[in-house]
Amino acid sequence: MTEQQTGAPERLRRTMMFVPGNNPGMIKDAGIYGADSIMFDLEDSVSLPQKDAARMLVFEALQNVDFGSAELVCRINDLHSEFGRADVFAVVRAGIDVIRLPKTETAQDIIDVEQVIVEAEEYFGIPLGSTRMMAAIESARGVLNAPEIARSSTRLIGIALGAEDYVTDMKTHRYPDGQELFFARSMILHAARAAGIAAFDTVYSDVENEEGFRHEVELIHELGFDGKSCINPRQIPIVNEIYRPSAKEITHAEQVLAAIEEARAKGSGVISLHGKMVDKPVVARAERTMRLAAAANATI
Amino acid sequence: MKIEHSVLVGTLESSDVQITLSNGDGGVEVTLQSDVAAEYGDQITAVVRDVLAEYGIADAAVQVVDKGALDCTIRARMIAAVQRAIDAPHDPKWEVIAHD
Repeated sequence: MTEQQTGAPERLRRTMMFVPGNNPGMIKDAGIYGADSIMFDLEDSVSLPQKDAARMLVFEALQNVDFGSAELVCRINDLHSEFGRADVFAVVRAGIDVIRLPKTETAQDIIDVEQVIVEAEEYFGIPLGSTRMMAAIESARGVLNAPEIARSSTRLIGIALGAEDYVTDMKTHRYPDGQELFFARSMILHAARAAGIAAFDTVYSDVENEEGFRHEVELIHELGFDGKSCINPRQIPIVNEIYRPSAKEITHAEQVLAAIEEARAKGSGVISLHGKMVDKPVVARAERTMRLAAAANATI
Repeated sequence: MKIEHSVLVGTLESSDVQITLSNGDGGVEVTLQSDVAAEYGDQITAVVRDVLAEYGIADAAVQVVDKGALDCTIRARMIAAVQRAIDAPHDPKWEVIAHD
């Protein structure tokens, strides 16, 4: 069951900060920057001879370092490599919240990893279903299969676009206006929304280009993404600022929620505000605005 | 368990620890280089010895160069070192390291 399906409050995931899995200094400090999610990477940021050392570092850090209230995610290596299975066992045992699969191309990729997660949960006596999953989609095939990937497991909390591999697969490269990613972003968003899970945008690699980053975050915010992958702590406040609701939006949301309360108190089935009907999507938007406002400590 | 060959794990970057693990001369010998050896030397050495004891390794020489690592980092590097030294880097002995 997804959060939306279970009726559990939807978790905010505005920022997912990437932390290289073999860097003790960065792991130690990962909790202090206010990222909604922290993603420890055992895949591309770790060289082949250090895969074992990174795995143990993340295994121990997850159990001993305080990362505050952040959601903890680990990007594992491909299950078909010699590293993937041990990665799953290590992070399941260490109590990770979410396992992120790289380069997901089919629903079967998710099912295969889920099977190993089940084995690990059974082996360590952890309640089945404790470990959630997310999938990074990084190829044309993956984008076209996004709808079935998004529906492939009740453990999935979201899907993400990995643009660097995707643009290579598409025989193009990144451009400032993001046109090259328009189809992939739209497809991933629709697949996520149809399945009731989160959609994450790709990283922005040019850390020094704050204006370019800001422009890209504004674009994905407008499209409807839940949040953005960040590779540097400096990117986090920029995302939070762009996702922070305006005073006008907060006022409207408060009025919507007050109108609902008033209608409930009167036993009225029809709710209106300033002469306009307040229906389910308006309420859902108002609730999300208030959650974003609370997270940003925004007041009117 | 027996150390099959010498291994080196970790780096000399801040907050890390570099561990060289080799066969010993019939016992466990730990040499430590750390700026905080006076305050934390015993604690660092204890983490190293604990991991060896958990794996049942009674014959080892360990050189530790500490750069301000947390205990969990020292433990992680030691576990990785032992797993490499027993030729099982990607087959962690969960029954040894995953206890509560």
